[in-house]
Amino acid sequence: MIQLMINGTPHQLDIDDDMPLLWATRDIVGLTGTKFGCGMAQCGACTVHIDGQPIRSCVTPVSVAQGKNITTIEGLDSKEARAVQSTWEKLDVVQCGYCQSGQIMSATALLAQNPKPSDDDIDAAMSGNICRCATYARIRAAIKEAARSLA
Amino acid sequence: MGQEYMNPKNINYDKIINLSRRRFLVTGVTAGAGLTLGVYLGGCNKPSAEKATEAAADKMAAAATNEAGPGLAGGEVVTDSSFEPNAFIRIGSDNMVTVVSKHLEMGQGTYTGLATLVAEELDASWDQIHVEGAPADAKRYNNLFWGPTQGTGGSTAMANSFEQMRKAGAAARAMLVGAAAQKWDTPADSIAIKDGVLSHGNLRATFGELAELAAHQPVPTDAFLKDPDEFRLIGTVLPRKDSKEKCYGKAVYTQDVKLPGMLTAVVAHAPRFGGKVKSFDATEAKALKGVVEVVQIPNGVAVLAKDTWSAKKGRDLLTIVWDESSAFKLGSDEILAQYKQLAESAGAVARKDGDAEQAMTQAAQTFEAAYEFPYLAHAALEPMNCVVKLTAESCEIWNGEQLHTGDQMSLAALFGIPPEKVIINMLYAGGSFGRRANPHSDYVLEAASIAKAINGKAPVKLVWLREDDTQAGYYRPMYYHKIKAGLDKDGKPVSWQHRIVGQSIIKGTPFEGGLIKDGVDGTSVEGVANLPYSVPNISVDLHSPEIDIPVQWWRSVGSTHTAFAVETFIDELAVAAKQDPVDYRMRLLDKHPRHTTVLKLAAEKAGWGSPLAAGKGRGIAVHESFNTYVAQVAEVTVKDDGSYSVDRVVVAVDCGIAVNPDIIKAQMEGGMGFGLSAVVSSKITLKDGKVEQSNFHDYTVLRMNQMPEVEVHIVKSAQPPSGVGEPATPVIAPAVANALFNVTGQRFYVLPIVNVSNTQLASRRKHVA
Repeated sequence: MIQLMINGTPHQLDIDDDMPLLWATRDIVGLTGTKFGCGMAQCGACTVHIDGQPIRSCVTPVSVAQGKNITTIEGLDSKEARAVQSTWEKLDVVQCGYCQSGQIMSATALLAQNPKPSDDDIDAAMSGNICRCATYARIRAAIKEAARSLA
Repeated sequence: MGQEYMNPKNINYDKIINLSRRRFLVTGVTAGAGLTLGVYLGGCNKPSAEKATEAAADKMAAAATNEAGPGLAGGEVVTDSSFEPNAFIRIGSDNMVTVVSKHLEMGQGTYTGLATLVAEELDASWDQIHVEGAPADAKRYNNLFWGPTQGTGGSTAMANSFEQMRKAGAAARAMLVGAAAQKWDTPADSIAIKDGVLSHGNLRATFGELAELAAHQPVPTDAFLKDPDEFRLIGTVLPRKDSKEKCYGKAVYTQDVKLPGMLTAVVAHAPRFGGKVKSFDATEAKALKGVVEVVQIPNGVAVLAKDTWSAKKGRDLLTIVWDESSAFKLGSDEILAQYKQLAESAGAVARKDGDAEQAMTQAAQTFEAAYEFPYLAHAALEPMNCVVKLTAESCEIWNGEQLHTGDQMSLAALFGIPPEKVIINMLYAGGSFGRRANPHSDYVLEAASIAKAINGKAPVKLVWLREDDTQAGYYRPMYYHKIKAGLDKDGKPVSWQHRIVGQSIIKGTPFEGGLIKDGVDGTSVEGVANLPYSVPNISVDLHSPEIDIPVQWWRSVGSTHTAFAVETFIDELAVAAKQDPVDYRMRLLDKHPRHTTVLKLAAEKAGWGSPLAAGKGRGIAVHESFNTYVAQVAEVTVKDDGSYSVDRVVVAVDCGIAVNPDIIKAQMEGGMGFGLSAVVSSKITLKDGKVEQSNFHDYTVLRMNQMPEVEVHIVKSAQPPSGVGEPATPVIAPAVANALFNVTGQRFYVLPIVNVSNTQLASRRKHVA
């Protein structure tokens, strides 16, 4: 039995301990806001927070996530998250939207650690998240605006 | 050619009569079901050439009026006193207006754009508008540019729906006004509507309050449409309808569907195209916890499990012996060598103006160039997937559905059932870029074959892993271009000979009849066969070799390669003629005012001609695709190690009436960025028949740190709206290559341009000095 604490709720799951957190979250727990894109930590669509740190859940076995606080897009509820999500909406960042849960998880973690990120900081924090619709210009603008709204 | 591509007149999905699932609801008011009518609003925006099929479609529509019920979308039950004036609108007593989108939302903003058209004519409040996807029903939801075919592509969604959706809104508005007139016993023309509220003097009523009464009003056949100067929503920035759910992880994609008892399937595909299963051993896979079944399907072996991870693990444990006797075994290098050989002889004629060969002999100077383009994967972030549920007599799928009619026909044929027994739930697509409109229904049929192999005992979700998505094919084809031009003594081109070699996308598809003429696949030559530059003698010809690598349209189709060849070559000619590249193009585009308008606008806004720092360069390109005109100016920096960055891109676009300027801007940004991936790094290559790339570490795409600043300028226009999803994509490659020339003095003939070579760097030093 694997025990996971996801968005403040404990889950007891009868799964192998090598199952990536992504599939446990999506297929077993049923939280589908976190997306599958590559399965090898190349695209960032699966980004969730473990104890506040952004991680790629597609390569993180559930055994590693046990006993830690896991936050997914469905459970995001910090002041940074609210700023990021409302700015994302205001600037209409999304296109197909499939990568955006991951983008928002990465952006939220960035602002929690660095309230005033420079362009280079944004590149460093966000270049692991692919957006095939190339909404990057708006993501950058939204992060800056969210930072301003938090200041 | 772009124009023809949008209007294939002869698609072979003929005679689709798709009776609704609620055909028992006939015209009129049915107790407890509100109004149901089959009002046919199609056929209003068709090009004249389609009149014959239009007449047939109208006949079919007339027959359908008595049996087709609207509001099937999403299979929702019509609630009491809801009002459905036509197939595109449902107004509930809760005051919500549901707009049914016949087109797929894959990021391009169509749900927002089509809803804007309805809201405009209905005088609704934007907040009360909700959008849902249409079911498969080619009779009511066909693409008006495609005859009796339902689908999304060729940047046609807005263009073919512009009048249709407005008429739908206007009809509903007239019925609401009629209801208010009856309720208040006052003439209809004394009633005003604003932001979803009808009024007369002190009287007020919402749409919801009038919905039931409106359902009893006669359906107008010729409701009046606003003049463009009366538009209050069209032309303004309205927020996207899909933003919120996509920002909170609530939007539902195919990947997110979970049906009771559903199994997830992961497939082992043949390592080479054309390979088949000879035998397999699934003992280890079947022993795995979670794995339920292993089945052979026509193109591989599928492992079905209770979850995706178990299916993947099971798939990896299969031992398969492949029969590769008829598999494709060449590499990209060998294919290119064949193409170069083919380019030595004349192909099928795509255009012939004057006598290019003769004129070439008279030219003061001649120039030649050859261009190479690799295979490209679409690599939508949501890998291909599809959910299938079978019953004894029907097949229901959940899919980011881009080609309803094609998939419906393919599935009907597979199961031997009538097309109307194929039910399609159109969900959001996590990107597509053309991939989900597969004319062979490849991944949809794969999912269905798995469901069939287990006799439909459980619903099946086929999941392609990224490696499947990268390696299982349907690529933008590889192309080779060879061009020769002759200039007169003033530098004006007098002859242009252009030969293209590359697989036909259309051959063997239902689009063949309309899009291949005299042996020429229009999608292979669009952008060259309609070369806009004034050259008196032009010849364009095409070789379409048959190679067993599956190919498909990729965002902007033929323009992905033709725009690069034409726009870098014309730049080369401008320099040879000792003229400024913008001035040179302007003179040769004398018959194409929409080209020159965007060209001039982009150049002005980019500060064309103003000095740049050493190591920086500027390049321009202009191209029309799908009736939309785009010019881009790219600014680049070349570094000493040969790497380069694209720093800034200025875009000018003319897409007719700008329905939502912010969505147009987003498509210019994103379409350019999508094209930029194929400039800086993306390519699919083969070696011994095997695809060499597998995931995003080796099929690399644009990332945040590579995205330039983008500035978009929209030309004010009264022309009917044309599409914006694709036209920005092909323009960036030539703009960047021309900018790199501006820095290095060297031309680039092969995409992608990963680095500037040492030779080119040496030239840069000289050039800059």
